[in-house]
Amino acid sequence: MLDFLQTLFRADFFFSILRITTPILFATLAAVIVEKAGISNIGLEGIMMISALFGSLCAYWASSWIAGLLAALLVGVLVALLMGVFAFNLKTDVILVGIAVNMIGSGGTLFLVKVITNLTEGKALASTTSLAVSANQIPSISIPLIRDIPLVGEILSGHSLLTYLAFALVFVTWVLLYKTAPGLNLRAVGENPHAASSVGVSVLKMRYVAIGLSGLMAGFGGAFMSMSYAAGWSQDMVAGRGFIALAAQAMGGGEPLGSMFSALLFGFAQAFGIKLSSKGVDSNLASPIPYVVTILGLLFFALFKRRSGSLRHRAHKKGASK
Amino acid sequence: MAENTYAVQMLGITKIYPNGIAANQDVDFCVREGEIHALMGENGAGKTTLMKMLFGLEEPSSGEIYIHGEYVQLTSPAVAIAHGIGMVHQHFMLVPSLTVAENMVLGMAPKKAGLFIDRERAIALTKQYAERFNLHVDPEAKVADIPVGMKQKVEILKALVRGAKILILDEPTAVLTTQETAELFKEFLRLKEQGFTLIFISHKLNEIMQITDRLSILRGGRFMGAHDTGAVSKEEISRLMVGRDVVLSVEKQPAQPTAPVLRVRDLEYTNAWGKKMLDKVSFTVRRGEILGIAGVEGNGQKELVDMLFNLSRPSAGTIEVNGENILGLSQRKIRDKRVSLVPEDRMLYGIAGEASIEENLIADRAHTKALNAGPFFRMRKIHALADALVRQYTVLCSSARQKVSMLSGGNIQKVVVAREFSNDPVLIIAQQPTRGIDVGATQFIRSKLVELSREGVAVLLVSADLNEVMELSDSLLVMYGGRIAAYFEDTAGLTDEQMGQYMLGLQTQSQQEIGRVCHE
Repeated sequence: MLDFLQTLFRADFFFSILRITTPILFATLAAVIVEKAGISNIGLEGIMMISALFGSLCAYWASSWIAGLLAALLVGVLVALLMGVFAFNLKTDVILVGIAVNMIGSGGTLFLVKVITNLTEGKALASTTSLAVSANQIPSISIPLIRDIPLVGEILSGHSLLTYLAFALVFVTWVLLYKTAPGLNLRAVGENPHAASSVGVSVLKMRYVAIGLSGLMAGFGGAFMSMSYAAGWSQDMVAGRGFIALAAQAMGGGEPLGSMFSALLFGFAQAFGIKLSSKGVDSNLASPIPYVVTILGLLFFALFKRRSGSLRHRAHKKGASK
Repeated sequence: MAENTYAVQMLGITKIYPNGIAANQDVDFCVREGEIHALMGENGAGKTTLMKMLFGLEEPSSGEIYIHGEYVQLTSPAVAIAHGIGMVHQHFMLVPSLTVAENMVLGMAPKKAGLFIDRERAIALTKQYAERFNLHVDPEAKVADIPVGMKQKVEILKALVRGAKILILDEPTAVLTTQETAELFKEFLRLKEQGFTLIFISHKLNEIMQITDRLSILRGGRFMGAHDTGAVSKEEISRLMVGRDVVLSVEKQPAQPTAPVLRVRDLEYTNAWGKKMLDKVSFTVRRGEILGIAGVEGNGQKELVDMLFNLSRPSAGTIEVNGENILGLSQRKIRDKRVSLVPEDRMLYGIAGEASIEENLIADRAHTKALNAGPFFRMRKIHALADALVRQYTVLCSSARQKVSMLSGGNIQKVVVAREFSNDPVLIIAQQPTRGIDVGATQFIRSKLVELSREGVAVLLVSADLNEVMELSDSLLVMYGGRIAAYFEDTAGLTDEQMGQYMLGLQTQSQQEIGRVCHE
């Protein structure tokens, strides 16, 4: 048992936690921003799928990872803004719009891949459920000085560019939300749209800003999935990360830093599951681990929140009876 | 130059909503520069609608608005703010998780480096305005944590910091304690000294007399005149505010009340904000009588009915029906004791809009053996019952299977009444039973109430419609400030003026006089 733990908790395991957390973290930040504006974007999963496909395709066509990344981001933002049109202007329930985007993300991408491969290959590839594009991956960066520190260097250095960006964006998101005027307006719109509009803040505009930013973040996540985590796109490759992100957002209390830690917890659970199956544990047993952790995490969070909520309620009542 | 002495002139204002309801009809509302002007009227008289038009939240159907003598079209709050108009809403327009300073500068935040909020300047600005207007607030406290009185100050400061010279205050004292109200009034007078114009919406007569210079009265959307506050008596104002219009008469035999049915003793209720809404309310309703509860809305009547039907829990007191406690029982159990309720908000509590007339009619008895055979409804019986009720209560519809929300207000209320009156009740609680419905339905429901009471049902009639309570009730309670202010054993010979005195808190009967309603 001790041997097992020793082989488990080595530098490469911690390295893989950071790598696996990256797409979850991007999606979590997307959820944090959009929830602050009072919108539940459950379509993050679908946006990531679509972005992953276009990222991979454009990187292949243009022979440039930068072109692929930009395409992924652009598509992510456009899909999110389109969701906004349906939800805010045409007054569709935002949850239904999210479900539609998720279905497009799952079935629509597969359809597109078949259409595109038909055109390029000139023949029907009925069985194609993936695109292998190993060239033009997003580069990894080896950090000078840090890479030479034993253990720490092995864990922190050599990650994809986007992994570093994801963690940097936690701070950027916090600054945006709490230190800037647009962030203040965004939070006000999320909490009391009447108050915001009564002082001349455009509720519609701020909602579009928020959902657009969530598309941008999910676009990063999608790009990472197909251009760094895996070599190319494959069917349903996002595998629930967009939903796990919603759980991470809720568990983190909707705050950027707290949500990052919840995302790391889920990253840890996934890395642990992968490690176990590589050690010969039946994958039927190992692969549900991240999802079980998600459910347990949400359960504990709900219990904790209920307790602190009732405490606050009691304190409030005490204050009121004074 | 004469018009320059007016800060606000709203001339010939009519507002008709798309559903055809006229909220204001040909109203002339003028406010002089630098005065505190009261806009008075009962709930639903059109005060708030008129002020929403002045703040750009609604646009008038016809009429003209002049600000400082200049013709304006107030198309949005932003335009109104630009013309120096500020509004303190009845329901605060604040963001609870933000600090006071952040709420102050929302939408106009001072920036540094083009993007970042300059927190220090926001706080300094808040402090500067707080000191200048002597409205003390804590700029760094979260709005969620500050008391109601301070929230109100933040709202006023928010308007001032946006350059408001004309302040609209929509029932600012409704949520305040007596002490907070006194403090707020001092602040109003200080603002007046500094040249601000204040429009004060209220239906509380004492407050108006205390601080306003002039007052305008609305009744049923129509302008009832403007007066200098000192030049009219309270009696005159109350007559203009609550005065009677058309008198509908209902044939009524004298009541012969017998055994007590509803027995309420020492009922008290303090709301979530710590305000005492009911204070030692005791009364008895007997078989065969209609006991009316009159009063200006917001004096505890709604809370009282909520307690009776367990929609909220009292802090103290007892409620019994036929000698059995009903306090804390589920609504089903209360109904099992044959208590019926015609609720004030018929769309929310009275009906399920998407369901059919028939389904709404059987909602209170859908679980009974009579209408069920095993797991299935006895549809034939239900159809027969619904059809009979629709006929008996003259509900105007194509069929009882029609969706209830398709009906007019009066017919919806007939559906509610048909259900509540037909289940063999011993006690009917009727809360604003004819509010906002047509004359025909009103007349029908009123005569039905009288009929049932003469058959031996105990009726508690809660209504802000003075006509209604005085016409229908055998005896009458008046509520003011959460207490019973008066009890009249016989409504014959009562005048509107007398009622107005008690309804507006100018007079209160002695404890002995009030205690007679307990019939002990």
